[in-house]
Amino acid sequence: MTARSPRRILLAMAASGAALTLTLAGCAAGDGGGSADGGPVELSILIDDTDVTIRTVEALISAFEAQNEDVTIDVETRPGGAEGDNIVKTRLATGEMNDLFFYNSGALLQALNPDQTLLNIADEAFVADINETFLAGVSTDNGVYGVPAGTAMGGGVLYNTAVYDELGLEVPTTWDEFMENNEAIAATDVAPVIQTYADTWTSQLFVLGDFANVLVEDPEWAEAYTANERKYAEDAVAVRGFEHLQEVYEAGYLNEDFASATFDDGMRKVALGEGAHYPMLTFAVPTIVELYPAESENVGFFALPGDNDENPLTTWLSAGIYASADTERPEAALRFMEFVASVEGCDVQTEAVAPAGPYFVEGCTLPDDIAPATADLLPYFEREGGTAPALEFLSPIKGPALEQITVEVGSGIRPAADAAALYDEDVVKQAQQLGIEGW
Amino acid sequence: MATTLERPAGTAPPTARERASQRAKRRNSQYPMWFYIPAAVLFMVLFIVPTIASFYFSLTRWTLFDVEFIGFDNFLQFFDEPMLIQGFTNTFIYGFVTSGLKVVLGLLLAVLLTGQIIGRTFLRSVIFFPVLVSTIGVGITFRVLMDPFDGLINTALASVGIEGPAWLTDPAWALLSVAFVDVWKGVGLAALIYIAGIVAIPQEYFEAAKVDGASAWNNFWHITLPLVRPATVTVIILSLIGGLRSFDLIWAMTRGGPGFTSDVIASVIFKQYQAGFYGLSSAGNVVLFLIVTAIIVPLFWALNRKQVDQ
Repeated sequence: MTARSPRRILLAMAASGAALTLTLAGCAAGDGGGSADGGPVELSILIDDTDVTIRTVEALISAFEAQNEDVTIDVETRPGGAEGDNIVKTRLATGEMNDLFFYNSGALLQALNPDQTLLNIADEAFVADINETFLAGVSTDNGVYGVPAGTAMGGGVLYNTAVYDELGLEVPTTWDEFMENNEAIAATDVAPVIQTYADTWTSQLFVLGDFANVLVEDPEWAEAYTANERKYAEDAVAVRGFEHLQEVYEAGYLNEDFASATFDDGMRKVALGEGAHYPMLTFAVPTIVELYPAESENVGFFALPGDNDENPLTTWLSAGIYASADTERPEAALRFMEFVASVEGCDVQTEAVAPAGPYFVEGCTLPDDIAPATADLLPYFEREGGTAPALEFLSPIKGPALEQITVEVGSGIRPAADAAALYDEDVVKQAQQLGIEGW
Repeated sequence: MATTLERPAGTAPPTARERASQRAKRRNSQYPMWFYIPAAVLFMVLFIVPTIASFYFSLTRWTLFDVEFIGFDNFLQFFDEPMLIQGFTNTFIYGFVTSGLKVVLGLLLAVLLTGQIIGRTFLRSVIFFPVLVSTIGVGITFRVLMDPFDGLINTALASVGIEGPAWLTDPAWALLSVAFVDVWKGVGLAALIYIAGIVAIPQEYFEAAKVDGASAWNNFWHITLPLVRPATVTVIILSLIGGLRSFDLIWAMTRGGPGFTSDVIASVIFKQYQAGFYGLSSAGNVVLFLIVTAIIVPLFWALNRKQVDQ
């Protein structure tokens, strides 16, 4: 630890305050020189412990440190999921958060009370280069808080192209076509649909990934949902996600070991052709490329088909890197954030892990040798109205029990209509906890 | 809270004579008041303050960042929780199944291990060994063993032509599978308590019974069983408290799944806490505390009174 200079304390105070931040941090960030007292600055960053996150962040750090010899950044990992959410919340609430941290954007970020706990970067010059869709997911009415780490992702179906070629199948654009393909695949010994309920979060894709289809028929759905004017159980369009999951279970299309298989098993199955369709976010692509470099050439991607002809893709924002409002070294932290949100930052990430979709930073490009699944994603982004954000980026309300509820539907324990009603009940608690009007 | 709950098991309520002598002791206490202060401060800081704080927070909507006082809304919401009934049912099934099996199996093992068998001391340590192993470690190990396809248990069953159930993923089996593992892990302690009870039975009874020509069954039913009553009380109380507030093994093995089918009260509360509903989960803990107390205190009182009557 270096001694606290009065200037540094002033910076820290300004960060948690308001107006002063702009002038001080602004001029400090510009010159890129050493810290106030000339000694090396040590930052620490808290990230989740998935392999892709670790490789991405470590690559960013080593490239950043090579250019900024006066700053070193230590990595601390935490578990993912609800346990990780709790660590982040507790650290922010007690003022023990690392200088920087890696966390979801959208609804999960809103639950961190960003206006009080995070460093507002709204007035930094580099924010102008970040895509507006992403900024919407890391902002509140009072500020902007994160820079994008990773790429945009699609929530749809990873499928095995070799199985498709063998059976002469076409990529489905409607639910009926999807079910016809499943029927054809079921006649072979390949499992038509892969589900992996040992990792319960993987069960949510049929519902969450269907949201772009909901928006096609009801563009106001998200706002109305936040205002407590839409319910899954009472909405024939929104409940389709639950019903689709029930349909694939009842048709017997799931892999035999769906109840005990893990996310890793699911990636293996789709890469090696043990199963044909794996509803998943494209964030699985970098891991598939890493584990099965040759077979990943056989993994393609399509949007989760619905009952409309538009066939839009539900997209996820990348995670963000945020700075704690309590950091004593905001200048160095901002310099790192600026690097992450630069074209150079994108290239460093591309080098470290296979991209799962397009970047959110102006001027960033994808290399020519991207994985086929990622390549399949891009046309949706290029088409007018081809994508829509997942519900968690349009509404702060996401019930915590969805993954258990979808496991029940996908295991035949609970029918779709009943599950939708149960989920409606689940989100009430979240809405009340967030203090949203009308709940 | 665990400490508060376990306390009754260790200390019997004082009889009239003991109470009188406690009063006498207090009058001529060997220690001045200040001698108690360090312990009293620790007790205040570590137990009284958090208990009061949790009662307070159970009346609030708490995000860790803001606290809003909402009266008894959390309790209303907690009792409205869709999984509450199932959680309670599962908690009781789990508590009574594990407790019952530990009594029966513990007693049988204790009879075996107090008999004249080879390697008795070694076998006693063997059945006690699982008690010493980490619960999470046991949970993870059994999750691997109980895998429906590649698990050792089902592979072994398949080799003798039996198709084993999907232990942890079949809704009908999940809770019972965890309960069996709990029994495997905890029966050593029950057996140990029973061994102590059986060894304390005077040999004269068995000699007298032998003279009368009693069978082995008569010996067990009319001598051993009635005279190990104090051990039975201890085993029931300990395993019932453990079973009713069980959480770690269930969480390590099924996380309350598949879906909600093996959720117990403690895992319902833990999931509320994980979701960030801190006030709601505090309310749940207050309810759990009151329920466990309401079951254990009368049970303890009833079982002990019978013991005194004898």
